[in-house]
Amino acid sequence: MNSNLEIANKTSVDEKQTFDVYQVRKDFPILSRRVNDKPLVYLDNAATTQKPDSVIDSMSHYYKFENANIHRGLHFLSELATESYEKARLKVKEFINAMSVAEIVFVRGATEAINLVSNSLCRSEHFGSGDEIIISEMEHHANIVPWQLLCDRKKIKLKVIPINDEGELEIDAFKKMISEKTKLVSVVHISNSLGTINPVKEIIDYAHSFGVPVLIDGAQSAPHIKVDVQDLDCDFFAFSGHKVFGPTGIGALYGKTEYLNMMPPYQGGGDMIRKVTFEETTFDDIPHKFEAGTPNIAGGIGLGAAIDYVNQFDRNVLKEHEDELLKYATEKLLEIDGLKIIGTAKHKASVISFIIKDIHPYDIGTIIDTDGIAIRTGHHCTQPIMQRYNLPATARASFAFYNTLEEVDKLVVGLHKVIKMFR
Amino acid sequence: MTIKDTQNEIVKEFDELEDWEERYAKIIKLGRELPDLPEDFKTEKNKLDGCQSQVWIKAELENGKILLEADSDAMIVKGLIALLIKVYSGHTPEEILSTPPDFVKEIGIDNHLSPTRKNGLGAMLKQIQMFAVAYKAMAQQK
Repeated sequence: MNSNLEIANKTSVDEKQTFDVYQVRKDFPILSRRVNDKPLVYLDNAATTQKPDSVIDSMSHYYKFENANIHRGLHFLSELATESYEKARLKVKEFINAMSVAEIVFVRGATEAINLVSNSLCRSEHFGSGDEIIISEMEHHANIVPWQLLCDRKKIKLKVIPINDEGELEIDAFKKMISEKTKLVSVVHISNSLGTINPVKEIIDYAHSFGVPVLIDGAQSAPHIKVDVQDLDCDFFAFSGHKVFGPTGIGALYGKTEYLNMMPPYQGGGDMIRKVTFEETTFDDIPHKFEAGTPNIAGGIGLGAAIDYVNQFDRNVLKEHEDELLKYATEKLLEIDGLKIIGTAKHKASVISFIIKDIHPYDIGTIIDTDGIAIRTGHHCTQPIMQRYNLPATARASFAFYNTLEEVDKLVVGLHKVIKMFR
Repeated sequence: MTIKDTQNEIVKEFDELEDWEERYAKIIKLGRELPDLPEDFKTEKNKLDGCQSQVWIKAELENGKILLEADSDAMIVKGLIALLIKVYSGHTPEEILSTPPDFVKEIGIDNHLSPTRKNGLGAMLKQIQMFAVAYKAMAQQK
């Protein structure tokens, strides 16, 4: 099995680190801890990923040696903190290949990014009564509820692209849905509960042929695939730092300059203004006009460190390893009597939702937790998907590049034990 | 037997079990033994808001004592429900309100009551106390 896991870097042209999963695991201190007296098997990466030492150290370094408020002091530390924070923005820009750093707005995470777009567009002339927004049936609640709130305020209609039994978007239905009334398409890149990789480029191209902007919820794609917002040509892209091995409470919204300039800020305060009088306030340029108040400076720096960490590897090699985990886990899980995988799209990321006949996901999760195996059970904040498949919940194993085939084996052993206990 | 007596008995039974696997095996057994409630009982009105598993609960007052019936679609939750019913059903509202569920912590299942578990069990415990408060208030009005 070892030889399978030690995938050599095939594109050694740009001096990328060779990927050895056992070496990589040493960079993540939490992966060597024990849970319930067993080695932790962490398979809940779609919820949040673990952090390498370099991320943890960057944040502690910031607080130990650089802490000051940014963008406002001229003293040494303030300049240093500002430089570190803005350097992180540059890293984010390069991570998703945006055209300029002005297009990168730091936010708390993908949820806040979508809420920002929703609230700002709501204040602009973009939407009028009777307009429509298209989302899909496989959206996370974070890409449903902000639009519902907007719809209530602006008398806009929400339209939903259906999915097929495999968990793939019905692209034909989408194409019929879009019209001159459509003012925004907002879809998920990779589904957090089904693992489906959506053909977002095709969706974006088609929407653009109607002049409709597209927001991509990249919370699950940023950790799994190399994202290039210029190649995708999406108008907005949202992702969370904590799902790409960075800290919680930080994420980024990418927006094309023309949209960010057109959108008014929805939060006011310090750090986002140019001039304030009691009669009138003028705002700073993008991205700062969307960043009111003291931001999560340490979080931004931590996210920058996480991007550096990921960048030391060839992303394709990480993806190959994750694909191998997905393939191996899918095969092994399907051998289990009564197990059914929910989400069998042709293009999938390393996320597997499943159910076992006559055993509630809560029971599955509780029992394998006693063996130190962390999976997620529940509706995964995608209740419409659960309704679509008529399920109260599923169990979900989601893999990151630091997971091993042995961990898949442990999951399988754990599930056999569950079956023995409940049948 | 008082509520406290039943709790002590349960704690004693669980103390004899070796590890988590045995404890869960026992909880699962209790869940299996608790009769399924008919489908028409599983209404929205009787349902408690739980994120992961569904819990239905109903209470009646008979001769001054609260009789509880409940069910869940998850077997471990159902087993835990069986324990709560064993402890609290058949007692007066006053007894229920004056006896906290100390056994939950003592047998180590308090993690199932934490809000993050969202299994409806914490809500069920609260609901039992609500029933007790309501029946007590009704009795005082008469």
